[in-house]
Amino acid sequence: MTLRQDLRRLSLCATGLSGARGERILFANLDLKAEAGTALLLRGANGAGKTTLLLMLYGAIRPLAGQIVWSGQDPEGPPFIHLFGHRAAVRARLAVLETLNFWRDANGGTKDCVEALERVGLGGLGSLDAGYLSAGQTRRLSLARLLVAPRPVWLLDEPTAALDPDGDRLVGELMAEHLAAGGLIIAATHLPLAFVGTSSEIRLDG
Amino acid sequence: MRRAFAAIIVRDIRLALRAGSDALTLVLFFVMIGIVVPFAIGPDRVLLAQLAPAIVWIAAFLASLIGIDRVFRDDFEDGTLMLLRHGTLPMELVVLAKLIVHWLLTAFPLILATPVLAVLLAMDPGALWRTVISLILGTPGLAALGAIGAGITVSLRRGGLVAPVLVLPFAIPILIFGVGAIASGIGPDLTGSARLLLAAISLMLVAIAPFAAALAVRAGED
Repeated sequence: MTLRQDLRRLSLCATGLSGARGERILFANLDLKAEAGTALLLRGANGAGKTTLLLMLYGAIRPLAGQIVWSGQDPEGPPFIHLFGHRAAVRARLAVLETLNFWRDANGGTKDCVEALERVGLGGLGSLDAGYLSAGQTRRLSLARLLVAPRPVWLLDEPTAALDPDGDRLVGELMAEHLAAGGLIIAATHLPLAFVGTSSEIRLDG
Repeated sequence: MRRAFAAIIVRDIRLALRAGSDALTLVLFFVMIGIVVPFAIGPDRVLLAQLAPAIVWIAAFLASLIGIDRVFRDDFEDGTLMLLRHGTLPMELVVLAKLIVHWLLTAFPLILATPVLAVLLAMDPGALWRTVISLILGTPGLAALGAIGAGITVSLRRGGLVAPVLVLPFAIPILIFGVGAIASGIGPDLTGSARLLLAAISLMLVAIAPFAAALAVRAGED
């Protein structure tokens, strides 16, 4: 299963962003820019505000100041952001395939779930209770969610956490395919991500 | 959008049915109140039959308050609610789907179990019939209030008991008209108008709840 297809070309322009968690200012006056087909990597120590920034871009946390503009987006159109974060939204007592089917339907996707499971290395586990998956397998299942409902923007929070070297390569391949299809990736990570494509980096330092 | 709505309902029902039976425990709790109260009141069948509408409603009231923390808690903690923000459904419809499932799993079994309670409380068939109607009309309102309470308390780490306490005062009108729809006191028969008022309260709450709870859930992550 490949991602290659036409994604809407979106670009991000955020200006003067400030974020805080509780009383602590994590970053102030931050400018971000990312074009379709490129990746923006967020670096920084633990607690530097990478996840907060991603959630801000996702729309779950309101910035203290600044604004976020996604251009090329139809305001009335379908949702265009996928978040791949620490909480996998995978629940015990629901089979692997059922979980993925649910997310495809909830996100309005049309791709084949069985193929997506094959792609992330969970082929043949479709009828297994998702509660029995290991941490890495749970991440893979969560990753398959991005494949069954293609969307132009991926927000990845430590995408390779809990994955084996094979999984690291998988993430790299999927990212490269997504970029090649005209997608936009914003990823927070400590580790080097092995993917082919243009990328820029931004450092968050408290 | 219809597909996403159905997907949420199917998933939640599957999870609830496979998770062992919370629904069954609630029914047992409901029936057990009916078992315990006659012991407390004594074996006076006339008095018992007189109090029966109030007892049934208090039992239903408590049983539905117990379950409300579950409406959003698990989905909040595992990140599902976060991801549903960018699902194809607006959060209001997500809440409505969860409200329907919540009613099906907590209130509907109670209504089915009402005849058992009626036998224990020496109710006559007419009163049983009116009780079932009154529960059908009133429980959607209780579930809606519960969903609002659950939405507001979802971001509290140990909010387990806060939601029921928060919701309880607002649920009192449902209790009053719910009991009123079963048996009116001395004087003219007012059960018909009580029934209408009960239906009106439920309709209003079910209409408001998706918006109120969605607002609370969205603010919860911030």
